[in-house]
Amino acid sequence: MLVKASDLAIARGGVPVLEGLSFALGAGEALILRGPNGAGKTTLLRTVAGLQPALSGTLEVAEESVAYAAHADGLKSMLTVTENLSFWASVFGQSSIEAALDRFNLRSLADRQAGTLSAGQKRRLGLARLLVTGRPLWVLDEPTVSLDTASVQLFAAAVRAHLAGGGAALIATHIDLGLEARVLDVTSHKAVHRDIPGGFEEAFL
Amino acid sequence: MIALLRRDLALAVRAGGGFGLGLAFFLIVVVLVPFGVGPETPLLTAIAPGVLWLGALLACLLSLDRILALDWEDGSLDLMATSPLPLEGVVTIKALAHWVTTGLPLVLAAPVLGVLLNLPGPGYPWLTLSLALGTPALSVLGTFGAALTVGLKRGGLLLSLLVLPLYVPTLIFGAEVARRGAAGLDPMTPLLMLAGITCGTIALLPFASAAVLRMNLR
Repeated sequence: MLVKASDLAIARGGVPVLEGLSFALGAGEALILRGPNGAGKTTLLRTVAGLQPALSGTLEVAEESVAYAAHADGLKSMLTVTENLSFWASVFGQSSIEAALDRFNLRSLADRQAGTLSAGQKRRLGLARLLVTGRPLWVLDEPTVSLDTASVQLFAAAVRAHLAGGGAALIATHIDLGLEARVLDVTSHKAVHRDIPGGFEEAFL
Repeated sequence: MIALLRRDLALAVRAGGGFGLGLAFFLIVVVLVPFGVGPETPLLTAIAPGVLWLGALLACLLSLDRILALDWEDGSLDLMATSPLPLEGVVTIKALAHWVTTGLPLVLAAPVLGVLLNLPGPGYPWLTLSLALGTPALSVLGTFGAALTVGLKRGGLLLSLLVLPLYVPTLIFGAEVARRGAAGLDPMTPLLMLAGITCGTIALLPFASAAVLRMNLR
């Protein structure tokens, strides 16, 4: 089991946004998060990625297993595509970026500076970073933003290959990726506003 | 970690990286001082160690908000926090990269600029040594300030206000080493104090920086 949440409650800026969340993801499984803007999908993903603590409930995530992809791609505009990927590969202790370049069709852009890429190309590079992490649990926040139809297919194929290889994926998205995945609609878990111990101070941290 | 250092150094020397900015600022400040206080040689000799130290300190301050703000803006900081790199290591490497691109050029340029302020002969090695010992503390303290203000829009001024008081001990002992050296006195006591401050900040502050960074990334 890569991630297991039971009765999880999360807060954004001290305000509880979601509660009563229970889900589990094992090898080869994907979970799609759905919900309107502001529902708390990003907050949930950041909590799973370990960037913020949960408000209550338990969340177990396998040690050193998360590869997180946020709205921002974490690219340096003055570095080339290859340099950007190689940096993340060495941070995660991997050596080869070739497979990632091929998988996201970045081969022809390999020597271009990331700052000169289009929004969709940058996103492809940001997603290619997931492949060089070598980590099993992909936590993806709206990964298809600014991708064209062909690139969405590339991405869906990459996720399928990742799942087939024993990985797992937790994806917040508004579009249909055509994946065999369970869907968790967070709307029904919206937190009822009430005072939570520690919530007041949390707002100022 | 080495990859992060290499990336930061590569970014610093490429267009828009800000390498040399601090150095140019240092140069201009030191050149402007004789215009401001007048050309009397004895006066310049007397204030040279303090002016050189103050110039180096301000030049260091200039580039502090770049240490973490750029990585915050493009999302790299979030990704690094979820990577195998410990945040304590990340802030240490960031401070090291800042020192190599800002502090080290200042150390190397200071003796040359000492000539402009008529620094006495025996003062040169002590000035260089005091800057070499003191500027790492400036970078580490600055990284702590940058971690405190990361995510604030236009946090640069607040960063300066937070960091400048923390620079006081380094400035006092650093300038004292250079002053005593220039006057031919024994500079060992302030030199040891300066070295102690630097070692202490390098040993302790990365933990504080990483802790506030975790808080700010929430």
